[in-house]
Amino acid sequence: MSIHLQNVSVAIGGEKIIDNVDVALQRGTMNVLLGATLAGKTSLMRLMAGLDQPTSGKILVDGADVTGVPVRKRSVAMVYQQFVNYPSLSVYENIASPLRVAKVKADEVERRVHEAAKVLGLEPFLKRQPSQLSGGQQQRTAIARALTKRADLVLLDEPLANLDYKLREELREELPRILSQTGATLVYATTEPLEALQLGGNTATLWQGRLIQFGPSSEVYHRPSNIESARVFSDPPLNEIPIVKAGGEIRFGDSQTMPALGTLARIADGDYTVAFRADIVSLRAAWPQSLTFAGEISVAEISGSESFVHVTSPLGTFVCVEPGVSTLQPGQRADVHVDATRVFVFDSAGALVVADREQ
Amino acid sequence: MARITLDGIAHSYDSGADPSSYALKPIDHVWTQGRSYALLGPSGCGKTTLLNIISGLVVPSEGRLLFDDKDVTFLPTEQRNIAQVFQFPVIYDTMTVAENLAFPLKNRGLGRAAIKARVDEIAGLLGLTGDLKRRARNLTADAKQKISLGRGLVRSDVAAVLFDEPLTVIDPSLKWELRSKLKAVHRALDVLMIYVTHDQVEALTFADEVVVMKDGRILQIATPTQLFEQPDHTFVGYFIGSPGMNLVDAEIDGAQARVGEQTIRLPARYRKPPAGSSVRLGFRPDYTTLVPNGDLRVRVQKVEDLGRRRLARVSLGAQDIFATVPHGQSVPAETAGIAIKPERLFVYVNDERVTGEPL
Repeated sequence: MSIHLQNVSVAIGGEKIIDNVDVALQRGTMNVLLGATLAGKTSLMRLMAGLDQPTSGKILVDGADVTGVPVRKRSVAMVYQQFVNYPSLSVYENIASPLRVAKVKADEVERRVHEAAKVLGLEPFLKRQPSQLSGGQQQRTAIARALTKRADLVLLDEPLANLDYKLREELREELPRILSQTGATLVYATTEPLEALQLGGNTATLWQGRLIQFGPSSEVYHRPSNIESARVFSDPPLNEIPIVKAGGEIRFGDSQTMPALGTLARIADGDYTVAFRADIVSLRAAWPQSLTFAGEISVAEISGSESFVHVTSPLGTFVCVEPGVSTLQPGQRADVHVDATRVFVFDSAGALVVADREQ
Repeated sequence: MARITLDGIAHSYDSGADPSSYALKPIDHVWTQGRSYALLGPSGCGKTTLLNIISGLVVPSEGRLLFDDKDVTFLPTEQRNIAQVFQFPVIYDTMTVAENLAFPLKNRGLGRAAIKARVDEIAGLLGLTGDLKRRARNLTADAKQKISLGRGLVRSDVAAVLFDEPLTVIDPSLKWELRSKLKAVHRALDVLMIYVTHDQVEALTFADEVVVMKDGRILQIATPTQLFEQPDHTFVGYFIGSPGMNLVDAEIDGAQARVGEQTIRLPARYRKPPAGSSVRLGFRPDYTTLVPNGDLRVRVQKVEDLGRRRLARVSLGAQDIFATVPHGQSVPAETAGIAIKPERLFVYVNDERVTGEPL
């Protein structure tokens, strides 16, 4: 089904926790709600499920107003951060439980449970109790139960947050395939930018109860409509430098000037913020068109596939990602090179002025 | 000044259990003053058991635990002179931040001036200086966890500071800040730190040395760089790195490996593995590049845009592996080649890395 939140707000004790959100989700699509804790992800899901009512605004399902309709009358399934399973029931009965409630015939139950178990790799565990499963298997059981219900709307609220890092990585890789087979309209809340990119579909960036931007995930990532959206969709944190463009030059910091290269050549004179993610910062070599300034390495973190190097400079502290294992050491001086063709430029109100789409 | 010695430490929660089923198999190891260590592994690997033995919550079934030369195996926690930081903030809500930080020092009978100096120092390192006079109750979860860290670090006379997954409740965007603070604190204070986590990024970014554990056994103790570049065990290869190491079944013949119907040249000459052993090649996705043409042919299944890198899932014969797609390179439609960095290609026999003779 399609679901349209129409100018929806929720206020609790005078404080708006959802602030005039307007978004339409199309039938059968994957939609990620991306934002920090308290950005409004869970509140929006509760509205979509019918667990809460908006203070103002409407909720339309396939064009019909369902604003006051309670959750039991909607075709919706939910997966929570905490794995919720019936501890005394076998994995099979856990997955079958919504079908039993709906009085589905036995052979149909059998078929649908096995279908969901197969998709989620749970077939060997159907006779076990949830307590005999790993965390990843328990959460897959909860997901299987949500899928077997064949609800039109499936809401997943940070379903991987309580899993071990490695399991999270593996399920993140499997989930898009599993979920796309359901045909349901999917809403998936996460705090992690990488998860949004891997899930594909659309992403809504949320900040303090407001929806900042909604669109295809890769598009939102590469062309954030404003600086808040870019911040929400950056991990490591977005690097930012205020600049003044004047003629063929940019001025930043106390009195540094630099030729306006790359993207910066295309903006009118005025005040801006240049923002860039960690992967377009190099501490080793200049780019063909670089913004370069001096800094000192404050922290070098090796994390396996990538190293995160923190650099302190008079312009602030920046994080840079290097592939593989970095040999840079704290205290070392380094020139910071930013690829001027891939920076974002935001105006003084925070709206995007230019971004070059990668690839 | 302290050194921690694990002298034949082993543990079973089940008295009379067979040693092969111990929750923690016998360990001999020495941890030294001023260094930082991480215990890394999946749920149930024994890392928390080991931490609890060091803190005194668990008395080991076998072996001795020494702090410097003193046997503390049977001493209760409060007599061990250690500080602990847990998953969730442990603070006094009614006290101010300064009072919370001062509490462990007051208990030790330190003078007022000494307390103030130390509280100011720790608050400065953690970025809490501006909050010192605020009541803890009104702070965010992140700020509260910072206070917990501060309380763990405030005493200068502790034998060790133990961290049990301290960043679990922290939002991803703030983990960056806390991780680098923790690192700065460790550099500033000459104290032994032990950190338990399932998160490879936290372990590798935090520790001088990482102890990788599985099923109660230590698989490798090494620096983050060694763990990434030269894993001793297939599990270490898989568990560290995102995604983990590619592991493919192979037959070894001298300096050549057969994988399915293709031959891979090895960087060294290997002895014939004993009959019936499992033989696998290990090479990281990070050192495996997708190329239009190459000696090793693969079938491209899908390419993921992860924002700062692109990753291809490909089939090498009947086995699935990951390869990195270089920046700016177009992706061949179906079949392509892969290039593996020869010095990063390893042979594992029965899951242990074996070395060959240089060619």
